Amino acid sequence: MSEILLLVEAKDGALDKKSLELMQGALGLGRQLGVATCAVVAGSDTARLAESAASFGLDKVYRLEHPLLAGFQPDAWVKGLEWLCGQVNPGIFLLSHSFVGKEVGPRLACRLNTALTTDCLGLSVDPGDGLLVRTKPIYGGNAIASLKCEGVPQMATVRKNAFEPVGEAQSASAIVEMVPDIGEDAIRVKSIKMVEQEVVELDKANVVISGGRGIEAKEDFDMLEALAAAMSKSHGNVMIGCSRPVVDKCWMSSDRQVGLTGTIIAPDTYIAVGISGAIQHLVGMIRSKKIVAINTDPGCNMFKVADYGVVGDYRDIIPALVKKLEEQR
Amino acid sequence: MKEPQIIVCAKQIPDPEAPFSNVTVNVEKKQVAVDAPDVISPYDENALEAAIRIKEELGGKITILSMGRKVSDTVLRKTIAAGADALVLLEDPLFEGLDSGSTAHVLSCAIKKIGDWDLVLTGRQAGDWDSGQVGLIMGEMLDVPCVSLARSIKIDDGKLLVEKSVPVGYEMVEASLPALVTVSNEVGELRYVARSKMLGLLRRPMSIPKWNSKDLGCDIDRLKKLQLTELVPPADMGRQCTLIEGAAQDQACRLAEVLSELR
Repeated sequence: MSEILLLVEAKDGALDKKSLELMQGALGLGRQLGVATCAVVAGSDTARLAESAASFGLDKVYRLEHPLLAGFQPDAWVKGLEWLCGQVNPGIFLLSHSFVGKEVGPRLACRLNTALTTDCLGLSVDPGDGLLVRTKPIYGGNAIASLKCEGVPQMATVRKNAFEPVGEAQSASAIVEMVPDIGEDAIRVKSIKMVEQEVVELDKANVVISGGRGIEAKEDFDMLEALAAAMSKSHGNVMIGCSRPVVDKCWMSSDRQVGLTGTIIAPDTYIAVGISGAIQHLVGMIRSKKIVAINTDPGCNMFKVADYGVVGDYRDIIPALVKKLEEQR
Repeated sequence: MKEPQIIVCAKQIPDPEAPFSNVTVNVEKKQVAVDAPDVISPYDENALEAAIRIKEELGGKITILSMGRKVSDTVLRKTIAAGADALVLLEDPLFEGLDSGSTAHVLSCAIKKIGDWDLVLTGRQAGDWDSGQVGLIMGEMLDVPCVSLARSIKIDDGKLLVEKSVPVGYEMVEASLPALVTVSNEVGELRYVARSKMLGLLRRPMSIPKWNSKDLGCDIDRLKKLQLTELVPPADMGRQCTLIEGAAQDQACRLAEVLSELR
């Protein structure tokens, strides 16, 4: 079998932690199969990133370098990676289940006439047929499926935290420069401008207070803000989150969305207000250390996963709670 | 420019809002049963909403395309009530349990059969398997510009303008038509459809074409089923919930104590 390839990504100019996790997973498979494990970094100026990627015990790091690979233009990246796969013929190709991996993975798999499995939690190789066994949650995590696909390379995107990040190795990997053949005509979707917005990083919060479908009016989030203010004096970093229906109503921006397609978090305390607990939301907060639920429906999902439950109307409970917390000091 | 012809690919799935106690995993048969009514996958509803907004501005026609063995008329008529013009259903036992690439192949064949189209919209991912692949693969198969994770879609002077959600905010991108766009929930929820309107539509006869693999001329050897090797329930997510009872004031007092202990 030929080598294992993985796509390394950068975050704020440095190696993304997700890529270190991916390396761990890939190196494990490489050892099991007795094949080389290699990484690719893509961009227009990849020297530094390649060098950082080379210190983790991989056999090779490919520097896929081209002016059109600057930033992240999906059309160019798909073309460049398609070209690289043509050159090195990997037997397995792994990507993070990240913004980049989610876009590049399916398109690349189609071009290479193979099949991809997204959002995997575990990977192994069936010793019988040599196919990659991909384990992934389905139905919002209510079932865990393991599946196999035909096709080369065997492709998967891997969820954050599925593996421990790899540690630094003694010797550096070989760095191989590759210049792909990408023409301007490959780019069919043109970027006009990038609009950067202030983005909250919910995964940095000690406490997240989230509102859901049960919140009656946009203004009612003021109550949650007041609770956050009251708690922030004693509980560290307190942030406001929400479930998907709140983003659908355009009351909150999507960076505040907790769940499978939002942010997956594990704060010390999670307070769910008016959130029934759709499975896609629960995936995002189930690993919180303590969960408090406030909801009018005693039968809702959220009470099944919560440590503390308050059955009642948040409009009565939260203002009284804020008052009480302020008295305590 | 002529009025845009839009195709929205919509998948019918068991309601993802259903309580998880309604989900049963049959380990032996490797099947998941969900005791919940079928709905249109939420992101596909967002895609329909985006299509309706384009139609409100520019006119044109919206066709809903849905694949599955038993696609419910009731569910899909909601799309007509909301503002779509036509439905096409793709039904064939061969279409059951397909992997993403095969699903994209069937849908692409149907889109080519419909023929006259400018824009294909679909949800960023389906709310059951959450793979997020079919839209992007269809873009490749149809060989058209493809934009994912749209939070706003406009057609201006025959050009496609999309605001695409990216981790740092959003990116304005431009492409020519025909094109394919996958839609994220930031677009906004599907407009409210009055129940009376739904019921009225249900009583009205409506011709809904149903196409099978022969009608589509799809490559049957290309259709691959998902090969499940194992299906298991997850580790128990449940916790022992302490209920805080009483009047709101008492609940608030107790909750304040609990939160102080959690510091």
